[in-house]
Amino acid sequence: MSQIFILADFAGDKCTKTTAELATVASRNGSVTAIVLAAPGAALAASVNHGPIANVLVVESADFATFGVAAAADAIAQIIAQKSPSALLIASHAYGKEVAGRVAVATDSGIITDAVDVAADLTATQLVFGGSTTVHSKVSKGVAIITVRPNSVEADLSDSSPAVENLALTISDSAKLATTTSSTPPVKGGRPELTEAQVVVSGGRGTNGDFAAVEGFADSLGAAVGASRAATDAGWYPHSHQVGQTGKTVSPQLYVACGISGAIQHRAGMQTSKTIAVVNKDPEAPIFDLADFGVVGDLFAVLPQATQGVTAQKS
Amino acid sequence: MRIAVCVKQVPDSWAEKKMVNGLLDREGVDAVLNDLDEYAVEEALRIVEAHGGNEEGGANSVTIVSMGPERATEAIRKALSMGANDAILVSDAALAGSDALATSKVLAEVIKNGGFDLVICGTESTDARMSVVPAMLAQRLGWAQLTFASMVSVDPAANTVSITRTTEAGVDAINAKLPAVVSVVEKINEPRYPSFKGIMSAKKKTIDSRDLAAVGVSAESAWSLVADFAPRPPRAAGVKVTDEGNGGNDLVKFLAEKKFI
Ligand SMILES: Cc1cc2nc3c(=O)[nH]c(=O)nc-3n(C[C@H](O)[C@H](O)[C@H](O)COP(=O)(O)OP(=O)(O)OC[C@H]3O[C@@H](n4cnc5c(N)ncnc54)[C@H](O)[C@@H]3O)c2cc1C
Ligand SMILES: Nc1ncnc2c1ncn2[C@@H]1O[C@H](COP(=O)(O)O)[C@@H](O)[C@H]1O
Repeated sequence: MSQIFILADFAGDKCTKTTAELATVASRNGSVTAIVLAAPGAALAASVNHGPIANVLVVESADFATFGVAAAADAIAQIIAQKSPSALLIASHAYGKEVAGRVAVATDSGIITDAVDVAADLTATQLVFGGSTTVHSKVSKGVAIITVRPNSVEADLSDSSPAVENLALTISDSAKLATTTSSTPPVKGGRPELTEAQVVVSGGRGTNGDFAAVEGFADSLGAAVGASRAATDAGWYPHSHQVGQTGKTVSPQLYVACGISGAIQHRAGMQTSKTIAVVNKDPEAPIFDLADFGVVGDLFAVLPQATQGVTAQKS
Repeated sequence: MRIAVCVKQVPDSWAEKKMVNGLLDREGVDAVLNDLDEYAVEEALRIVEAHGGNEEGGANSVTIVSMGPERATEAIRKALSMGANDAILVSDAALAGSDALATSKVLAEVIKNGGFDLVICGTESTDARMSVVPAMLAQRLGWAQLTFASMVSVDPAANTVSITRTTEAGVDAINAKLPAVVSVVEKINEPRYPSFKGIMSAKKKTIDSRDLAAVGVSAESAWSLVADFAPRPPRAAGVKVTDEGNGGNDLVKFLAEKKFI
């Protein structure tokens, strides 16, 4: 059986659900090994215990925190040279895509980014042009390097107890050129992570700076809160919550856009959502073109009533 | 300080895009300068302006580097009219349909031989949307990678560059010795509009057009291949109701039917 590698994905020291999603698609192709890049002594491997993962390969080095993407890519390229897997799957976010890009150059391998699915024969599915076109493609040189969008596939979350192997590597000097001198992790609220959430409720300029109605509705549904750039630029909501071309790409089961007009840059980050609902007082707002269900109305009236309705149904 | 800014000409993001023979149809649509690359041009100009300007023949210069069809000169003129000094355009029929690996290979070769201290890129091309060319460039050149910058400062005396990296993983401060590859996010600055004088003088600036032989790389077979592509069925038209006092309840009913509650 072929060996397929995934890069375990972490938020802080917590293994994310994305790791299990990568393992789930990888297991169609072969036996899955998860690479864990950790600071010395960080017990990260123990939390890689969901999804079809047969082996965990741990590399410990202080260089990963100091030299970021370049050090991670250097380690992974060395591992690939040693172990010759059939493919390498990585989460499709800024860090994951950059690591994948550098590994592709270092190993002279093809790369496919932003896949929403990967078949047993490593054919990757991508949605392009704002989700209007499906493309199937395959890497034709070297190791197939594929980045997979979080929340695109149903993860097998069953418990696993993979065999853990520690690997000693020396990070090359050529990967130590840019030094990270300080790091501030994003502030974590009590709500689900935007890119992993099943439901996202977003607010735009129409909130006029008051996100209480949006947050209230989000909480009734157990949803993450997103924002348009108009809202983040105005300082109404943190930039880390921006959805769109220059923010995050989300693909939840349900996306609710409130007081958002639907500019192309916003759509780029949400239009592959499975179901889309809209609350906007302008019946001509372009966002209605995407809506499975749209309410023409004032969000300050519609959302509180909807929040009450959801809460009532749940109790 | 000699800065190279990588810009790409892309189909207008408002234009309808379609595929022809497995590749994006770039002929049938309006083409513009990738808007995220305007921030890269602006940042390069601000850096040289902070260190004595980029007068012809001076110590500082900003060179636009692009790979694309001949008509990419239109996008390049825009960057020149903002105030860049000159440009290099790599155009070759063999490059049609290049992916990020091929693109970064060509750009790296041009940059390596150009005597630059710093390369500045946008974070993403609006058509390819891969966000990998800058990281690949750094790997190919063996230069420091400082990407997703929301702030850049260059210290020519110390020969260093520092950035604030802003991504979903948080905010990092990163520094390195030059030469380096930087990519900038759109929050970094507000790109200037070309002045009338800028537009006129851009017409006289040099765009050095090169084919692959002149760059010194040979065309390679693709690293990945498209098997097939198909339009997805358009979203079924949805239901639209007007709130007359019951809009919230209507929304709840829809969500309950869809089993979201
Ligand atoms: C390079 C670049 C990158 C960009 N990246 C992004 C990005 O990543 N994400 C992003 O979102 N944008 C991005 N933008 C900005 C984008 O073009 C739009 O300007 C932005 O999305 C508009 O935000 P909005 O819909 O909240 O505001 P507006 O367009 O002003 O729309 C507000 C909407 O709220 C409605 N409204 C007002 N009051 C109410 C009320 N009381 N109840 C209900 N509805 C109400 C109005 O009818 C209107 O439709 C980018 C732009 C550029 C140039
Ligand atoms: N053909 C190209 N010519 C010059 N620069 C490019 C080209 N393609 C990508 N770039 C640069 O790389 C950045 C990221 O692009 P991408 O990886 O395609 O999303 C862009 O913002 C440009 O600065």
